[in-house]
Amino acid sequence: MKEKRETMILGGAGLLIGVIAVLLVKFGNPANMGFCIACFLRDTAGAMGLHRAGAVQYLRPEIVGLILGAFFLSLGRKEFSPKGGSSPVTRFLLAMCVMVGCLMFLGCPFRMVLRISGGDGNALLGLAGFACGIGVGVLFLKKGYSLKRNYKQTKAEGAALPILTLALLLLAVIVPVLFFATEAGGGPGGSHAPLLISLAAGLIVGAVAQLTRLCMVGGIRDLILFRSVRLLMGFVGIFAAALICNLAFGFFKFGFAGQPVAHSDGLWNFLGMLLVGYGSTLLGGCPLRQLVLTGEGNTDSAVTVLGFLAGAALCHNFSLASSANGPTLNGKIAVVICIVIVSIVAVANTIGKEKGR
Amino acid sequence: MIDARGRSCPEPVLMLRKAMTSKEASYEIMVDNRVSVENITRYGQHEGYRVTVEEREDDYLLRLEK
Repeated sequence: MKEKRETMILGGAGLLIGVIAVLLVKFGNPANMGFCIACFLRDTAGAMGLHRAGAVQYLRPEIVGLILGAFFLSLGRKEFSPKGGSSPVTRFLLAMCVMVGCLMFLGCPFRMVLRISGGDGNALLGLAGFACGIGVGVLFLKKGYSLKRNYKQTKAEGAALPILTLALLLLAVIVPVLFFATEAGGGPGGSHAPLLISLAAGLIVGAVAQLTRLCMVGGIRDLILFRSVRLLMGFVGIFAAALICNLAFGFFKFGFAGQPVAHSDGLWNFLGMLLVGYGSTLLGGCPLRQLVLTGEGNTDSAVTVLGFLAGAALCHNFSLASSANGPTLNGKIAVVICIVIVSIVAVANTIGKEKGR
Repeated sequence: MIDARGRSCPEPVLMLRKAMTSKEASYEIMVDNRVSVENITRYGQHEGYRVTVEEREDDYLLRLEK
């Protein structure tokens, strides 16, 4: 019974998040991009000048809101528990690989769901790849894959990144000239909802995700591992609400060609998201979940978020990121290399762990 | 007793599941976060065990009994 109730709560949370995501598009975010953790971290990396791709530079308040929403709610619920030290460098590396996959596909798992609900057929291939990647990751989990245990950290360590993101946002408001920002019409970075709306949306979704432990990777992983659909319901809720809202606002357009901020190269959409599913399973959660855990004081997740940021910068500096025109050759090579790197990490952290160490 | 402190989701549940292949009437597992408490409680009940949780300073000791 309890499980049924939890499943309902997750579905309800998903519905709320789905509505908020489409409203963000209504208020100015790029199409099918109410939320995209990968895209928003990439835009944020661009805002700080970590990469110089002029079309994707904007300090996304949603990111700050997601971390702080989880931060404040976890403090209120006495769930703020600073911990870390579970293979941070490996996590940084995995995060960079996951970002390479996200920017091949043009979206994180969250945006993948939003793209499907907007009628983007390419994202269905992404979903197939994503599920396959998680399946591979689960094989290693079953064999005893582990990045070893974490340890308690000080409150200051746990709060460092959440407070830093708040400081960054304040700086961007007070001294905007320090930051790069795409002009309106100059690319995805130039399309955004008003700051306070974005921030509020982030805060709400961050808090809801903290409360419900919503995770895109966890949903499919638990389905494969434990035959449990509980976490998956969050996914389903987001899809259903976003679909209805997209239809209501006339945003829904089914097809493969010409979808907003997307390309139609099926193989690389599949492989990009396979990399994301695989790497995220080894990291223990999707990019959204990593932001929420950062808010809860998990410094391993904070390192992961920094890895996403570095990965996004690298993607644009080395021309790995796809565009509406399709993937780049560099991007294809990088995805293959990253799948190899993730596999090495998986094997290296599975061997010898069978005895439950 | 299984010591799953410091392990993040879903590792504690997998450690328990592995131990459960011996089909004993009771198990004890120590974790240090509420997510793991919830996940193990859910998994234990699903497998037909009664689950009790005891808080020990910053950790949680879960007892599973048939």
